[in-house]
Amino acid sequence: MSKPEACRYLKSHEWAELEGGVAAVGVSEHAQHEISDVVFVELPKLGRQVKQGEACCIIESVKAAFDIYAPLSGEVVAVNDAVVKDPAVVNRSPHEEGWLFKIKASKPAEADALMDYPGYQAFLKTAVADGSH
Amino acid sequence: MSTAVLRRTSLYDSHKQLGGRLVDFHGWELPVQYEGILKEHNAVRTQCGLFDVSHMGQVWVRGPQALAFLQKTNTNDISRIGPGRAIYSHLTNEQGGVVDDVIVSCFAPDRYFIVVNAATAEGDFAWLAKQAEGFDAALENKSDYYGMIAIQGPKAAGIVAIDTPAALALPRFGALELSIFDQPSIITRTGYTGEDGFEFIVPSEILSRVWDNLLTKGRSLGAVPCGLGARDTLRLEAGYLLYGQDIDTEHTSAEAGYGWVVKFAKGDFIGRAALLAQKEAGLKRRMMGVRLLERGVPRPGAPVSIEGRPAGTLCSATFSPTLQAGIGMGYLDRPDLKPGARLSVLIHNKEVPAEVVAMPFYVSEGLKNVKA
Repeated sequence: MSKPEACRYLKSHEWAELEGGVAAVGVSEHAQHEISDVVFVELPKLGRQVKQGEACCIIESVKAAFDIYAPLSGEVVAVNDAVVKDPAVVNRSPHEEGWLFKIKASKPAEADALMDYPGYQAFLKTAVADGSH
Repeated sequence: MSTAVLRRTSLYDSHKQLGGRLVDFHGWELPVQYEGILKEHNAVRTQCGLFDVSHMGQVWVRGPQALAFLQKTNTNDISRIGPGRAIYSHLTNEQGGVVDDVIVSCFAPDRYFIVVNAATAEGDFAWLAKQAEGFDAALENKSDYYGMIAIQGPKAAGIVAIDTPAALALPRFGALELSIFDQPSIITRTGYTGEDGFEFIVPSEILSRVWDNLLTKGRSLGAVPCGLGARDTLRLEAGYLLYGQDIDTEHTSAEAGYGWVVKFAKGDFIGRAALLAQKEAGLKRRMMGVRLLERGVPRPGAPVSIEGRPAGTLCSATFSPTLQAGIGMGYLDRPDLKPGARLSVLIHNKEVPAEVVAMPFYVSEGLKNVKA
């Protein structure tokens, strides 16, 4: 699905890969490690309109629930049912089989506000250093 | 967020080395997991897991009236255990509220040993000391002196037998005094996972040697270090209560579904009158096991309703790795409900269908084969 290097990132560790106006969305390798064993995923409904930064999906580990935020505004045009049937795929393959949903971007320029891969790597270093990850 | 310095067990360095994710657990810095809760949970169900439970407290009770004192402060009948045996019990106040849930071991008619919860250890000791006035019995709080390791799972007996073969003869709830690395120690065949297992109560100075020894020798038999996360899912599947979350002074043993630890026939004890009155009046609420009928993960505090009417909340709830379903337990104001009764649990603002199920949620086949 996506190469980490080609993705854009939110500070809340979602990745988005924009291709032809449609963004695939998932969680980063760092996020899957922090979340640990994923046991349940609640995906957004197809057709839902989401705003950039809006909580629209929930990932649950044994211990806790994590909101997943939309990296871009637009319409949810695809969801990955495989992560509902086998939530652990989010841990095994967060950038490929473990993608969550796709958004048809209504404002593609919003992607400029997201971090690119080197920016995200740098962000992870500072976030880990100050313990706020 | 408290900025108080967290207490560390003498296994702290081991936890760091093993990759444990350390969290604040009632003021103790302990691992919530090492490699992952699911892996650790499954290891205990199928192989073996080691837990650092050194946060638990220990109190010695010695003297000619040790038993009389314990009978006064415990709901269970402590006279039923002789030397080498342990028993699960509740401590209750005059109102019948649960002050703590404990395991009492007997080593001699005038020498008993109580393992109390971490969060309540200081309060318990003060409360017990107050109740001990007038008894010819001496209490000694040794919570800082002892460390404690639980080794749990179907392979635990085989691992324990390597260096402490005497422990293998213990029945379930057996208790043994022995020397480990030349230090006076205790092994009980008890645990908080629903599997066969043992708890090593040893002086803190040898705790890491005992841990390293069990882990080194247990590795080839499938033993892994386990954190508090797996401890919680394992104990909930087994229907064990977590003090402070499932029971407290606002609830009674009977309400918690633990009426069997209250022995009215043994004679007087603190809280007996209140508990007897409650028994005669009938329960207004009772702890019930709940299982989701759809996918989802209930959490502590989730509201439960029956046909749209609020009926209570879940005290403990999680995803059950063994059942692969959301489970929980909570006090419902319908003590008449039977397994199969339909209800719903509010999760992320959605009513998720669920049903009442008998507890425990899980019964170990292996544990059935351990001599009672």
